[in-house]
Amino acid sequence: MGVYLVQFLTGLASASALFLAASGLSIIFGVTRVVNFAHGSFYMLGAYFGFSFVQMVGGGAIGFWVALLLAAVAVGLVGLLVELVILRRLYKAPELFQLIATFGVILIVQDAALWAWGAEDLLGPRAPGLTGIVRIMGTPMPVYDLVLIAVGPLVLLALWLLFNRTRWGVLVRAATEDREMVGALGVNQSLLFTGVFVLGSMLAGLGGAIQLPKGGADLLMDFGILAEVFVVTVVGGMGSIFGAFLAAVLISQLNTFGILIWPGGTLVLMFILMAVILIVRPTGLLGRPETVGHKAAAGFEQALRPAGPHYKLFVGGLLACLAAAPVFVDEFQLVLITDIMVLALFATSLHFLMSTGGLVSFGHAAFYGGGAYTAALLVTYAASPFELALLLAPLGAGMLALVIGWFCVRLSGVYFAMLTLAFAQVAWSVAFQWSEVTNGDDGLLGIWPSLWASGTQVFYYLALVFCVGGIFLIRRVVFAPFGYGLRATRDSTLRAAAIGIDIKRQQLMAFVFAGAMAGLAGGLFAFSKGSVFPDEMSIPRSFDALLMVLLGGVESLSGPFVGAAAFTYLHDELITFEYWRLLVGSTIVALVLLFPQGLAGAAKHHLGRFLKLEADPEAAAPSPRRKAREA
Amino acid sequence: MSAPSTIERATDLPSLAVRNLNKAFGGVQAVRDVSFDLAEGELLALIGPNGAGKSTCFNMLNGQIPADSGSVRLAGEELLGYAPAEIWRRGVGRTFQITATFPSMTVAENVAMVLMSQQRELFSFFRSATHRHRDRAMELLDLVGMTGQADRPCGVLSYGDLKRVELAVALGNTPRVLLMDEPTAGMAPRERLELMGLAARLVGDLGISVLFTEHDMDIVFGHADRIIVLSRGALIAEGNAEQIRNDPLVLKTYLGEGQIYGQAED
Ligand SMILES: Nc1ncnc2c1ncn2[C@@H]1O[C@H](COP(=O)(O)OP(=O)(O)O)[C@@H](O)[C@H]1O
Ligand SMILES: [Mg+2]
Repeated sequence: MGVYLVQFLTGLASASALFLAASGLSIIFGVTRVVNFAHGSFYMLGAYFGFSFVQMVGGGAIGFWVALLLAAVAVGLVGLLVELVILRRLYKAPELFQLIATFGVILIVQDAALWAWGAEDLLGPRAPGLTGIVRIMGTPMPVYDLVLIAVGPLVLLALWLLFNRTRWGVLVRAATEDREMVGALGVNQSLLFTGVFVLGSMLAGLGGAIQLPKGGADLLMDFGILAEVFVVTVVGGMGSIFGAFLAAVLISQLNTFGILIWPGGTLVLMFILMAVILIVRPTGLLGRPETVGHKAAAGFEQALRPAGPHYKLFVGGLLACLAAAPVFVDEFQLVLITDIMVLALFATSLHFLMSTGGLVSFGHAAFYGGGAYTAALLVTYAASPFELALLLAPLGAGMLALVIGWFCVRLSGVYFAMLTLAFAQVAWSVAFQWSEVTNGDDGLLGIWPSLWASGTQVFYYLALVFCVGGIFLIRRVVFAPFGYGLRATRDSTLRAAAIGIDIKRQQLMAFVFAGAMAGLAGGLFAFSKGSVFPDEMSIPRSFDALLMVLLGGVESLSGPFVGAAAFTYLHDELITFEYWRLLVGSTIVALVLLFPQGLAGAAKHHLGRFLKLEADPEAAAPSPRRKAREA
Repeated sequence: MSAPSTIERATDLPSLAVRNLNKAFGGVQAVRDVSFDLAEGELLALIGPNGAGKSTCFNMLNGQIPADSGSVRLAGEELLGYAPAEIWRRGVGRTFQITATFPSMTVAENVAMVLMSQQRELFSFFRSATHRHRDRAMELLDLVGMTGQADRPCGVLSYGDLKRVELAVALGNTPRVLLMDEPTAGMAPRERLELMGLAARLVGDLGISVLFTEHDMDIVFGHADRIIVLSRGALIAEGNAEQIRNDPLVLKTYLGEGQIYGQAED
């Protein structure tokens, strides 16, 4: 009995830090509509700052708590910097740009922390006077856990007072409920946004700091907490602090008891819980439905026109170069171009989903990896020939997309995006944890093509045919009735439904098609490298795809190709530096701030007018959002 | 094009029979026990002050929001419970108070979209849709006087033109019943009369039954065959222009709400 009670209390204790971080994310999202991907980094910084401040301020009981609060303040200052320098310029940009920018911040913070505190994990200082152990019904439990249990409700109370008893807090609440109204009241919006962002960052920092005595500080904390924080905020209901508290307790209990029941599967359990809750209550436990007008995928409404004559020449020239490449370049470069083509297909499939469907997926790597694993498992366990395995890769990924998409298309906007991330994480953890079949982190090896296709040149041509074919197929679909129907659901769900379009079905088919195409890319990848690792399904890989789409520009169909090339180049150039993450992160942030249309978009914007890259010059329709504002 | 107008229609049944429709939002009873018939080929106006529940009625009729209770029969067949897409396939089209079109598509493509949907081509992955149903779309655009702008993206059109496109879109499948939510809202007075006259003529030619809401009493009295009046979610009056003009309860409702319609008193 005592064991279970202590287990329960331990769950409550770990809920506190999680709640602090999640409430910060939730508050920020509620007011600014930005999903702050760097929130895990703020949590990590809180731990590192806490560690340093405890060393400086000294070991007394008061000094310890002062140090933790100072850590929160320091993280708040970092948040201030991020808001002022980056986010402030992006509030009106499409959501994707904010996400990518905050992802850049993650990378920068990772290297900053590495530089300041080193690569070694830091052992957390113990809280003076609270180092003992109490026995609860005979089972021992650290005293500090009891303190942690109290911190969660205390902060909840403090936030409640802030939001109900202070003018500023009431404003924040009003802004969460209706942003336009607050704007109309003449409140200084940018000040409000900055304040909220700083508050949210401080909460994350405090969360990281208070768990120091239990968990210490290390460089993997950021991604570690991010997935959990996402789950908590979404399950609790975006923007709801009570919801975040409930969900943090729920998730922490699931984790602590889940370990007793199914030790390897806690991640899976957590994401299954999230999926179930979101299907029953699409806006989370205490979240309210989005008011109409907040559209996650805004920024993709531009008209698409078929290729103009010059664009066709350009594509023809590019194809000729690719076909002739083996004559001019060496083997090493040929492998590089193969990689770029595979990534371009992967990115194009995501681009299709985002631009034509308006569906921003954070978990597209699930299908890239899904295709790679389909091929690899077939070769490993069914001794399937290379040709069959390659053809079945898109089928396997498409089936995975059918299952995942069936859940995801019930939601829209940011909830859709987060649910795709959640399922991708499930897919990753299955690949990672089910080592009897997938060989876990060691991956599946020896996945080579048949002899006839194993030469670098032959495989290059094979990849060329499949990747270019896949990209053309996607382009064809965009301009087919299916693509038009999908675009209709993106442009206006009201109108689409009122002319007989089954929106969910159209979106699900798009999700499956995009998944299958990503799976084809994944299958090619597996055979070009001869191996598959869980990394191919991970969050960073999904971000790679988003990044390529962003680099290439969300509005042009050829963008992903440019994006894949730029991505590969950047990656290969920068990875040789010790602080490559810092460089990549800064580059991402700079690109987002300088070229909100992406590289290809920017080039097209400047050159497009006299190069006639599109068939119809009057393509630059203003977004419906802007129109709605003018109306 | 062979329109569903060739489908045999039961003459003894009203096009649309609405019975005891109810809808509450939280504590607000937006629509209360609303019942009415829309006769075959009739132009029926649903009027009432802002917030009376007109749009909510429309949204229930086309399945966009679920009704709390009640029944809506199209030529005898129950519609409630179906999704908007299915209700559209059964022959109920609509336009929106704030126009809803596809801004990234051209005017002609907006209309072609309806035809693709009607002919169930939306899961065709390979053929090109760029000029699909162009001729039929141009015919429809000709009806509303929009052929000149057929190749402009809808996103750049003026509001009045968007209303015209929406009308062409709504007529695209020749519905049995057309719901028009404030078809002339946000337009200049002259343009309003012109558009409503056009709409009335077109639905008359095609034999479509129409339920419309409208704030401009000139338009209501000029075009409606019959008028029903909604106030705070409930129907309070029914009759022709003359009857409604002189109905004491209607006058009180409008005066009581502080919304005086000058045109109602001439
Ligand atoms: N989605 C909704 N949620 C809550 N209340 C609503 C919603 N839609 C309409 N209402 C309320 O229902 C009432 C009727 O609104 P509506 O049907 O739009 O009126 P009308 O079209 O006659 O102007 C109003 O009080 C309005 O505030
Ligand atoms: Mg209305």
